[in-house]
Amino acid sequence: MLNVPTNMKNKFWLALVAVLALGTAATLFFQQKNAQASPTGYSIGATVADFKLQNINGGSVSLADYKNKKGVIVVFTTNHCPFAKAYEERIVGLDKKYAAQNFPVLAINSNDAADYEEDSFENMKKRAAEKGYTFPYLQDASQSVARIFGATRTPHVFILRNDGGKFTVQYIGTIDDNYQDPTSVTKRYVEDAVNNILLGKPVVVTLTKAVGCAISWKDA
Amino acid sequence: MEQIVQRIKKEGISLILLFWVIKGVAAQQVIVVKWPEVQKILSQKSDTTYVINFWATWCKPCIAELPYFEELQQKYKTSNLKIILISMDFAKELPTRVVPFVKQQKLKSKVWLLNEPDANSWIDKVSKEWSGAIPATLIINNFKEKKTFFEQKLEYNQLVKELTGFL
Repeated sequence: MLNVPTNMKNKFWLALVAVLALGTAATLFFQQKNAQASPTGYSIGATVADFKLQNINGGSVSLADYKNKKGVIVVFTTNHCPFAKAYEERIVGLDKKYAAQNFPVLAINSNDAADYEEDSFENMKKRAAEKGYTFPYLQDASQSVARIFGATRTPHVFILRNDGGKFTVQYIGTIDDNYQDPTSVTKRYVEDAVNNILLGKPVVVTLTKAVGCAISWKDA
Repeated sequence: MEQIVQRIKKEGISLILLFWVIKGVAAQQVIVVKWPEVQKILSQKSDTTYVINFWATWCKPCIAELPYFEELQQKYKTSNLKIILISMDFAKELPTRVVPFVKQQKLKSKVWLLNEPDANSWIDKVSKEWSGAIPATLIINNFKEKKTFFEQKLEYNQLVKELTGFL
C-alpha cells in the first residue's frame, strides 16, 4: 500500500465502507424479517388498549363493553388448528364457570382466512353453533389485535383484570398442561390465575408456553 | 476351504441384503419419544450438527418446508449433519395420520413423535426464544458451541446459508 497513490487509497476505503454499509443494511433487513415472526406485544402488568372487532352475530364487540366485569379471559383461537380444537370444550367450560362470576371468555380469530378456508367468517359461525359457544367469537381481519397483544400461536390466552376501567394483563399462556387428554390435566393455569384474581390475590404462575399453530400472518 | 469361502460369501451377501432391507423399512418408521430422548440430542457433545424441525401433519407451512430438509439430508450426506423431524401430532394419531403421511411423502429423514403434552416444561429447553408456535427449527452443534433457532417457515436457501456456518 506504500507506493499506491492517495486517490486509489481513498477509493479503497470508500469501497470498504460501502460494502460494510450494505452488509449491515442486509443483516438488519434479515433480522427485521425474523422479528416479524415473533412480535413482542403486551407483558404482564401492561394496560390493554381498547379494540373493536366484528362478532359472528353481526354486531361488534369492544373491550370497553366489559367495563362492568371483573376481568376478561381473552383467547386467541382458530377453527382449523388441532391444538385449538382440543381446547374448544375446555374454553366453553371456562366461560360456563367464570362468566357467572363476572369474568367471561372472549374468543378472537386472527388467522388469515385466505390461508385457511376453515377459518372463514361463515365457518366461525358454524363452529360456534356446533360447540355451543356462549361468548363472542370475533374476527380480527386486519390481525392488528393479535399483533398488539403479541399473540403468536393458537390457542393463546391473555387474562385481563379490570382495574377501575383499565384492563391490565395478569396472565399470558396456555390453558393447562395437557392438550392431548383433558382427563390427565394436573395444572390448570387459567383457572388458578382467575381464581386468584377473583380473591384479590396475585397470580402465581403468570407466564406459560405451549405448542400451538403459528398464527398465519398476512404479509408473511 | 473353497467351499467354506463360498458359504461365507453367500451368507455375507444375504446378511448385507437383510441389513439394507431392515434399514429401508426402519427409515419409514416413526419413533415415539419422550423429552429425555430429545434432551440427549440437545446435550450431545460430538461435532455433529443437528437440525431439529418441529412440525405436524396438519400444519401447512410445516409441510411446505419438509422437502427442503429432505434435500439437505441428501446434499450433506457425507457431512456430520443429522436431521430430525419431530412431529407434534397427537400420539393417538400416530397410526392414522403420521405413519401414512411419512410413507406417502417417502420421508427419508429421521422422524420422531414427541409425546410430552406438558410443553411448558420443555419449550424453553429447546430455545428460550420459542413461544411454542410451529413450524420451528433448531440448528445445534455443541462441539462448535453454536446454536440458532427459528420460529418460522424456512426457505431452502436460508437453511443452506445457516448450515455453512455449522459445517
